[in-house]
Amino acid sequence: MTYLAKPKLHHPSLAPNAAGYTRRDYEGKISTLCAGCGHDSISASIIQACWELDIQPHRVAKLSGIGCSSKTPDYFLGNSHGFNSVHGRMPSVLTGANLANRDLLYLGVSGDGDSASIGLGQFAHCIRRGVNMVYIVENNGVYGLTKGQFSATATKGSKSKRGVLNPDEPVDLVGMALLLRATFVARAFSGDKKQLVPLIKAAIKHPGPSFIDVISPCVAFNNHEGSTKSYDYVRQHNAAVNRLDFIESREEITADYAPGEVINIAQHDGSQLRLRKLAADYDPTDRIKAMNHVQERAAAGEIVTGLLYLASEAADLHQYISTVDTPLNQLGTKELCPGSAALEKINAGLR
Amino acid sequence: MKPTDIAHPDYFHKVVDCQWACPAHTPVPEYIRLIAAGRYGDAYMVNWNSNVFPGILGRTCDRPCEPACRRGRVEEGNVEIRKPVAHEHGTQPEPVAICRLKRVAADNKEDISARLPKAPKQKNGKRIACIGGGPASLTVARDLAPLGYDITIYEADPKAGGFMRSQVPRFRLPEAVIDEEVGYITGIGNIEVKTGTRVDSLKKILAENYDAVFVGTGAPRGRDLDVPGRAEAAKNVHLGIDWLASVSFGHIDKIGKRVIVLGGGNTAMDCCRSAKRLGGEDVKVIVRSGYEEMKASPWEKEDAIEEGIPILNFLVPKSCRVENGKLTGMSFEKVKAEYDAKGKRNLVPTGEAEQFFECDDVLVAIGQENAFPWIERDAGVEFDKWNMPVVDKVTFQSTNPKVFFGGDSAFGPKNIIWAVAHGHEAAVSIDKMFSGEEMKDRPLPAVTVISQKMGIHEWSYDNDISAALRNKVPWQDQKLTLKNIKVEVELGFDAKAGFAEAQRCLNCDVQTVFAPKLCIECDACVDICPMDCITFTENAEEAELRTQLTAPSLHPDQDLYVSEKLRMTGRIMAKDEDVCLHCGLCAERCPTGAWDMQKYLIKMTHAGPGCRKPQRKAA
Repeated sequence: MTYLAKPKLHHPSLAPNAAGYTRRDYEGKISTLCAGCGHDSISASIIQACWELDIQPHRVAKLSGIGCSSKTPDYFLGNSHGFNSVHGRMPSVLTGANLANRDLLYLGVSGDGDSASIGLGQFAHCIRRGVNMVYIVENNGVYGLTKGQFSATATKGSKSKRGVLNPDEPVDLVGMALLLRATFVARAFSGDKKQLVPLIKAAIKHPGPSFIDVISPCVAFNNHEGSTKSYDYVRQHNAAVNRLDFIESREEITADYAPGEVINIAQHDGSQLRLRKLAADYDPTDRIKAMNHVQERAAAGEIVTGLLYLASEAADLHQYISTVDTPLNQLGTKELCPGSAALEKINAGLR
Repeated sequence: MKPTDIAHPDYFHKVVDCQWACPAHTPVPEYIRLIAAGRYGDAYMVNWNSNVFPGILGRTCDRPCEPACRRGRVEEGNVEIRKPVAHEHGTQPEPVAICRLKRVAADNKEDISARLPKAPKQKNGKRIACIGGGPASLTVARDLAPLGYDITIYEADPKAGGFMRSQVPRFRLPEAVIDEEVGYITGIGNIEVKTGTRVDSLKKILAENYDAVFVGTGAPRGRDLDVPGRAEAAKNVHLGIDWLASVSFGHIDKIGKRVIVLGGGNTAMDCCRSAKRLGGEDVKVIVRSGYEEMKASPWEKEDAIEEGIPILNFLVPKSCRVENGKLTGMSFEKVKAEYDAKGKRNLVPTGEAEQFFECDDVLVAIGQENAFPWIERDAGVEFDKWNMPVVDKVTFQSTNPKVFFGGDSAFGPKNIIWAVAHGHEAAVSIDKMFSGEEMKDRPLPAVTVISQKMGIHEWSYDNDISAALRNKVPWQDQKLTLKNIKVEVELGFDAKAGFAEAQRCLNCDVQTVFAPKLCIECDACVDICPMDCITFTENAEEAELRTQLTAPSLHPDQDLYVSEKLRMTGRIMAKDEDVCLHCGLCAERCPTGAWDMQKYLIKMTHAGPGCRKPQRKAA
């Protein structure tokens, strides 16, 4: 953390995007996290992604629970809506908000404690209901706020800062997200923004439940030898399956790639996801194979990153329960109380 | 790119743009911090050691530091910060008022006389003559006298000070300030000033067996006007610098009601403003060039306009009209600027009718020249085809090994601060000569780089950047200043405004020092940097690397600070020094201390033990 607010002065070339905002306009308050925390890099990536996508800050709702990660929405998108929920309950609040107003962009920010321990059930149900959101877990494998106990995502056998080995099996959030059919599943590393920013952009544009597990080293309690979530370990064991370029519909596709190296996936809104293959034969549209690959590599001690799964047909909660297109919070008395004639008609249909 | 060699004294020196641009390399941020701390005497001494005349320069310097100041570049593009405020000049990005802060130190200092050097009891037996009592000679005297040299200064005018006394008008520089600062030098002790003594022969001086002679006689000859009618109008056409000197010494105290000043330099500005105070009611400046290309400093032009003096551009003097033996006016030809294929400017007549301006007096300030009628051409000093002495650019020695040149007399007209810089260098040469050392073998400046870390987030400098705009120096009421040539126009910053202005300084001497071995590439510094200065990327040649930066490189003359390869990814850290605020947030956010804020202080090599080879002490 720093004591000083970031000076308002900015680089002379800082330019506004099509929405009229500079990148600095997407910043929030000064971070109070430890210096070097991976979470701050994720905040910076969210800021960069939102700026690049010309997102209107007031059309975003950022929701979080409790923990270091859940503090971060204070440090980005200072002009967006925010809700800091009870520990582990962010998915319910997000689901409710999404049902009430389907027009906003929902950004759920959570941590390994908030989503894999106390909120594991919430996480699972929110994914399986298919809420249209970007769910980011800032995953550092420890409870940083309470001084570094193992969290539920810590690898079995990894070593704590005090030298204790973790006896428990980890919760694999990516595996659960795949299993419960999130339609966009990715894993990234906070120390690699070139990978992370396009993934966040693609997730924002994805019209369904998007889940990104971001390995985010805790410099204070989980950046030592024996940790599997340290800067060094993740860099040494990162097995990226692909590199994503997010291409907006208005951009021209220029780069040339040899056939077989690249997969282009068109999105609903006309944007393109271009995946440069890093792992031969990895097919991000095949959910079962994706699950196998992630498990296989994990067993070999590797951390698979990249866009792991993208459903060809995305759908979300509103489609499943057939809500009206108008956000519910905008329906007036006329729509909600259509009068006795309409009631008669419904009653007649039930007779 | 190769990793940056931060051990070389020049690397961090260049980052301190103001200090690098200052000919005398005054440690600007250091004295500005002392001003902010209210330590005016200390701030004054930092200046005095470097530039010898802080009170004088704080009013008159050409301030090469200010156009170089990073603050100007930093405010560029930050329109929302530069909201127009009623009392401000405007919304243009502006540098720190470095020059006027120097005056704050001089005006508010306590008695510093006890801190000034004194002549040593043990003299070294060497006698040095300084010809001319201006800033260059006085600097040589100040540097050498405390080392035991006996100095004799020859000054043609009644008092020492040279250009500062004779040509800078009193409404810009009060007599008392000159007396004080010249007095600090002559007060050292072993300096004799022979005032009212014009030297008319170098040979005679050499015959007096001085061990060395320093020539600091300035550029004393004003360039004259050559147009029809000039000779007939001689009584009312005056050479600017001579006229200013006569005004300074009280020989002239009035001028006609209608005055034309010819020329676009700072001398022309001094002439027109002086004329306005000596009875000139309709004073105008008429210049060949356009307004922007005029040689005068922008602020001096603005000050003249502020006093109601119009500046007419693109007019070339053609003739003086004399009626009944008296000057009645001048005719001018209208020109326009045309640029040839090489970008060279030519002034071509527009073909319009000549313009006539009535006047009673004309002041000619169209340039100054060197003149050495007193140096015999067989005195061993070689002259080149432009009649300038052949002077070594490093040592300032002429072809006569005993004779040195400095200030305007060495390489033509410049300004006070350059004269001071020359004086320092010539003094080093003289001191090395008598120490039996090779004069060209000049030691690099001494540099200290010290961490400013006091605690986890505490630094020994104020890193909270002020967003304030440049403060304007308050002026004395024009009703008073335009009536009396001795009333100083600028009042100077008071302590409060001085503090506010000092807080605009970015502390560029507190350097961002990077230790690649400690870096874990967490990106914290990249994320926090308000100016997007820092990039982690693959190494490449400089031109290529500049295209890979987080924010575009706007000024290729500003260095990139490049680290060696980083341990984990093999990338490098590249920092564009251009618009760094030196706020230290990179260091505050760095979990491993790979970034540190370290104050860089450079001690220029002056005459004395520092310029000589280290002597081995006897066992």
